[in-house]
Amino acid sequence: MIQYIVKRFLLVIPVLLGATLLVFTIMEFAPGDPARIMLGNDASLEDIQILREDMGLNDPFITRYIRFITNLLKGDLGTSYRNNLEISSQIFQRLMNTMILAGSAVLIAVLIGIPVGIISAIKQYSVFDNFIMMTTLFLAASPVFWLGLMLVLLFALKLGILPPAGMKSGFPGLLLSLILPALTLSSNTMAIIARTTRASMLEVVRQDYIDTARAKGLKESTLTVRHMLPNALIPILTVIGISFGSLLGGSVVTESIFAWPGVGRFIVDSISFKDIPSILASVVMLAILSTFVNLFVDLLYAFVDPRIKSQYQSLKR
Amino acid sequence: MCALNNKITVESKVETVRDRTLFQQAWNQFKRNRRAMVGLWIIATLVFILIVTILIDFLTDYSIYDSFVIKQNLRNKLAKPSLKHFLGCDEFGRDLLLRILWGTKYSLLLGFSAVSLSFLIGGPFGMIAGFYGGKIDNAIMRVMDVFMACPFILLAMAIVAALGISTTNLLIALGVSGMASFSRVTRASVMAVKDMEYVEAARAVGASDLRIIVQYIFPNAMAPILVQITLRIGTAILLVAGLSYIGLGIQPPAPEWGAILTSAKMYMRDAWHISAFPGLFLVTTVVAFNLFGDGLRDALDPKLKK
Repeated sequence: MIQYIVKRFLLVIPVLLGATLLVFTIMEFAPGDPARIMLGNDASLEDIQILREDMGLNDPFITRYIRFITNLLKGDLGTSYRNNLEISSQIFQRLMNTMILAGSAVLIAVLIGIPVGIISAIKQYSVFDNFIMMTTLFLAASPVFWLGLMLVLLFALKLGILPPAGMKSGFPGLLLSLILPALTLSSNTMAIIARTTRASMLEVVRQDYIDTARAKGLKESTLTVRHMLPNALIPILTVIGISFGSLLGGSVVTESIFAWPGVGRFIVDSISFKDIPSILASVVMLAILSTFVNLFVDLLYAFVDPRIKSQYQSLKR
Repeated sequence: MCALNNKITVESKVETVRDRTLFQQAWNQFKRNRRAMVGLWIIATLVFILIVTILIDFLTDYSIYDSFVIKQNLRNKLAKPSLKHFLGCDEFGRDLLLRILWGTKYSLLLGFSAVSLSFLIGGPFGMIAGFYGGKIDNAIMRVMDVFMACPFILLAMAIVAALGISTTNLLIALGVSGMASFSRVTRASVMAVKDMEYVEAARAVGASDLRIIVQYIFPNAMAPILVQITLRIGTAILLVAGLSYIGLGIQPPAPEWGAILTSAKMYMRDAWHISAFPGLFLVTTVVAFNLFGDGLRDALDPKLKK
C-alpha cells in the first residue's frame, strides 16, 4: 500500500514541473516589457535597462524558469505589477476561499448526486427516474454563470432569503453567503454524478451476487448500501476526480458572478490589469491544487478498489 | 416461375442488405433514436438560423445588423416581452430576439472551429503515439498529461491573457487547451485497430506507415473520434460563452450569448428577461449537441454504449 502511495507521489513531480513550465511558457508570449510597465511610459531607456537587469529579465528563458521554480518552492510567488505587493500574501487567503467554495460544491454534488442516482437506478423508468434524467440532462448542459444569475434572481431578488453576492464571515453569515455560489458551482458536477451513479448502479443491480444476497433474505436497504454501492463506486469516484479540475476552473466564473473573493476573480482582475506575474502565480497554484486533488482521488481508488490493494499486497509476498 | 421470381427478390434483398454502407447502417440505427433525432432537429434549426443571418448580412451589406442588432434605441430601453418584441429589449433598447438569433453564429461557428482545431492539433499526436507505441507514445502522452493537469478553462484563460483578447486568440486558446483529450481518444482508437488483419495485410504488401495510417487505420478508428467531436462541441460552446461572460471572449456590442449576459446582470432587478432568454438558448443548444452525440455514439459504436 505504501509502495502505491509513494509511486503515485513520485509520478506527480514531472507532471507538476511540466504544468508550471507550460504556464510559464504561455506567459512568455504576453506583450509588453515588465520593466516599462512598472516604471511607466516616461522612464528613460537606461532606467528600464537597469530594472530589467535587476529583475533578471535579461537572463535566458531556462534560467528564469529555474529561478521561478526555486522561488516557488520557497513560497515566493513574485511581485504584482499592479500594487508592488508580494503575490503570495495576496493569494493565500484567496486560495483558501476558492477551496471553501469548490469543496462545498463537491460536497453538495456528492450528497445530492449519489442518493438521487441510487434512487433513480432502483426505481428505473419510474416517474422519479424520468424526472431526474430530464433535470440532469439540462443541468449538465447549463452554463454555470447563467444558472448563477437565475438563482440570484429567484432566491436573492424575488424571495430575498439569501444574499446575492459577497462572502460573509461568522457562523450563519458565511454559510448563507456560501449557499448560492456553491449550489451554482456544483450544478454540472451534481448532474454528472447522478447520471454516473445511476448507470453504474444499474450495471451492478443485474449481477448474480445481488440475487444471491437477496435470496438470503437481506433487507433491500442493506443490499443497496452494503452490496451494490461499494461495487458501483469506482466509476463515480473517477467522475468526481475528473470534475474537481473543472470545478476549480468553473470557480473562476462563479466567483465573478457572486463577487466571491477567490483566486478565480483575482485572475480575471489581474488579466484586466495585464498583471502577468499574478496571472502566472494564480494559474500555477490552481494547476498544482488540481494535480494534488487528482492524486488524492487516485489514492482513494486504492482504498475502494480491492484489485489495486491486492496487486500491491501480492507484490509484497 | 413464381418460385424463381421469389428467389430473385430474396436475392436482391440480400444484395441490398449487403450493399448498405457503414454510414447507412449507422443512420438507420440513429433514426430510430428519438432523443438523438430531437437533438439533430434542433441543431438543424440552429444551422438554418446561422445561414439565414449570415445571408441577410451578406445581401444587405450589414445594414439590418447595424440598424437592429447593434444600433441603440433608448426609447425601448429594458422593454418587457410583448407582441412587438417577443423576448423584450435589452438595456440599450435593442430587440433581444434579433440579438440572440444573430448571436447563434458565434456559438456554433466558434464551438465547431475550436473543437476541430483541437482535433487537428491533438489528433495527429494521438495517431503517432498509438501507431508507434513505445518511447514515442510515452513521450507524447506525458506531454499531454501536463496539458490535462491544467484545468481546461484556466489554460484557455492564460492563453487569452498572454496573447490578448480577440476572436482568433480565443479560438487558439480553446483549440490548444482541448487538444490533449483528443490525442488521448485518437490514440486509444488507433491502438484498437492497429493490430487488425487488414493493417497487417497492408504492411505485407509494402504500404508505407503514412499510407497505412491515413488509408487503413484512420477511417476505421474514426467512430469514437467523431462521437468525441460532437460531444465536445457542447462544452466548447459553454466555454466560449463563459469566457465572453467574464470579458475574455467576444466583446460587446457583438451579440454573443455569454456577452449579452454580462450586461444583463446589472439590470436583473428590472429586466429578468435579458438574463433568462440567452441562457435558455445556450442550454437548448448544448442539450441538442449532447443528445446528438449520445445518439451518434450508440449508432456508431455499440461497444461504447452503457
